[in-house]
Amino acid sequence: MSEHAEVVKPPVTSIGVVGWLRQNLFNTPLNSLLTLATLYFLWTVLPPFVRWAFLDASWFTPSQVCRDGAGACWSVITQNIRFILFGFYPYDQQWRPMTAVVLLLGLLFYSRDRKNWSKWLGYAWVVGLASMGVLMAGGVPGLPAVESTKWGGLPLTLLLSVFGLTAAYPLGVILALGRQSKMPAVKVLCVVYIEMIRGVPLISLLFMGSIIFPLFLPEGITINKILRAQVAIILFTAAYIAEVVRGGLQAIPRGQYEAAESLGLNYYLTMRLVILPQALKIVIPPTVSILISAFKDTSLVVIIALYDVLKTSQTVLSNPEWMGFSREVYIFLAILYFLGCFSMSHYSRKLEMELSTDNH
Amino acid sequence: MKRIRIFVVLLAVLALALPANAGTLDEVKARGYLIAGVNGSVFGFSMPDEKGVWKGLDVDTARAIAAAVFGDANKIKFVPLTAVQRLPALQSKEIDVLCRNTTQTLTRETTNGLNFVHVNFYDGQGFMVPKKLGVKSAKELDGATVCVLPGTTTELNAADFFRKNNMQWKPVVIEQAAELNKAFFAGRCDVLTSDVSQLAGHRAVAPDPNEYVILPEVISKEPLAPVVRHGDDQWYDIVNWTVMALIQAEEFGITSQNVDEMLKSNDPEIQRFLGVTPGMGAALGLDEKWAYNIIKQVGNYGEIFERNVGPNTPLAMERGLNALWTQGGLMYAAPFR
Repeated sequence: MSEHAEVVKPPVTSIGVVGWLRQNLFNTPLNSLLTLATLYFLWTVLPPFVRWAFLDASWFTPSQVCRDGAGACWSVITQNIRFILFGFYPYDQQWRPMTAVVLLLGLLFYSRDRKNWSKWLGYAWVVGLASMGVLMAGGVPGLPAVESTKWGGLPLTLLLSVFGLTAAYPLGVILALGRQSKMPAVKVLCVVYIEMIRGVPLISLLFMGSIIFPLFLPEGITINKILRAQVAIILFTAAYIAEVVRGGLQAIPRGQYEAAESLGLNYYLTMRLVILPQALKIVIPPTVSILISAFKDTSLVVIIALYDVLKTSQTVLSNPEWMGFSREVYIFLAILYFLGCFSMSHYSRKLEMELSTDNH
Repeated sequence: MKRIRIFVVLLAVLALALPANAGTLDEVKARGYLIAGVNGSVFGFSMPDEKGVWKGLDVDTARAIAAAVFGDANKIKFVPLTAVQRLPALQSKEIDVLCRNTTQTLTRETTNGLNFVHVNFYDGQGFMVPKKLGVKSAKELDGATVCVLPGTTTELNAADFFRKNNMQWKPVVIEQAAELNKAFFAGRCDVLTSDVSQLAGHRAVAPDPNEYVILPEVISKEPLAPVVRHGDDQWYDIVNWTVMALIQAEEFGITSQNVDEMLKSNDPEIQRFLGVTPGMGAALGLDEKWAYNIIKQVGNYGEIFERNVGPNTPLAMERGLNALWTQGGLMYAAPFR
């Protein structure tokens, strides 16, 4: 007697598309309701948006055509793209900031993968940063000098955030360690610094740097406006990073410190080999949220009249020819900033997973 | 002890390294270019175009100063400043001159330690209404809803105006200039009030600019003038007479086109003005050709006005108060002798 067990297929309602729908979207009455509500919402919002943003949109037209059209006017971006991206940088020299930005993004992209981290990558960064500086500033044969006051747009935003974040991070770690220090003077200094900076908004620091600080300088000495804003951003971000890192330091069990001591490691080695690698790993998520908000905060330099990418776009909007197309411009900016922030948080999740030593 | 000594030496070196307190003209000449503070986002007055080149009436005024000092209107750097930054930037010597639609007032000239030179634009607060309302005068605006930006003197001036004339008004306060615009064109208010120069800009972007009129009443005085620091009279003279030269050139009928022919003029006044008869330049500490350079490279006041805010620009402003005194305006230059 050879009986073949009949293969019974699961009912069509629990597999495939229908099954997935039932399981994920319609598994309870409340979820069904929410699903329907969401669908209705998308139905009312998406088609008009698509029509506005794509079908009826003008892409490369003069402003008058835009005003007569019904759709989005992306021409405000395309017709002014060079001013939005590069600000006052001399028009015929704008390939230079372009190259610098591409170089920077390329280096950042290549450095994402920890497998590529080597001595050579370090050198590549040094060479890359130096050539970016030369490209932007010029002053060598073949590249006429361009003062930093003419830098603007995207390179300025990237400059403020990349340098701001890379300089603020080590400073923040040092401040956190200083705050844990057993030396009273160091500890008090760090506490006072952190609390003072955290006690004021970034805007007031920027105002201090751009308006009050120059009045204290001796006559005839002026410090570059970009540098003043950059320093304010670094000082501000560092104080926040310091507090996050302190949280990580406190999460390390006492035993780890004692174990390091009993191995005969001095303070520097204890921190470098035992404590910081663990502490910094713990605080990746909050650090990244600080870095992301610092990246967005760089746009506050608008209020001290630095032409970052937000200010250049707003300037385009105050031209009567393009006045009133603020929606398109701000959508464009939102996409730019989203790309920056999303890649940061995406990278941090990847880093967290790679560094995870848990076995489950 | 040793550290203290090093510190003292460092301080001394720093003190020596500081430049002596020279006059602004010498500093500017030594630097090789003029630094002018501007607004940066007012179309027609100072704003970069899509190539990043500065354009506007204030910008051209500043270029004229560079032309007077260097004989080259391009030896200039523009520093965009916000309303809060503008006066400290001048006080801390970050800029040499401020050409940023700044209203001349008593306290700014005294407590803030600044000097305003000759006015380069007479502005004032006005009202704009849709033509179809049929309103001819601001006195007929009783009971109107008025769109206004908050926190500026504009709102206070409007309140004063309506109270003084025993009229009722309903302010619609909107923070952003662009939104204010939209609200007005959408008909949420009957009247838009702002400085006349700004109203012209607002009207330029209306769906149909001809549907709106700016009423003749100007309810506040806003004389906008370039500003310099107290205490450097030579520099004040140079900036002041640069503005006067722009106006005087228009009065003489000297333009950037005909300035070379005018050099051959027999009029002794024009000869003095253009430096054919020397004396004026030396008195200011400038080249004798200073006025010639201004007119040749930047143009006279009329040309600057037409180019930036005049009828053929999106702003389409009439000369009004800014016409020459001979044509019913207030632009009047003292004699060049």
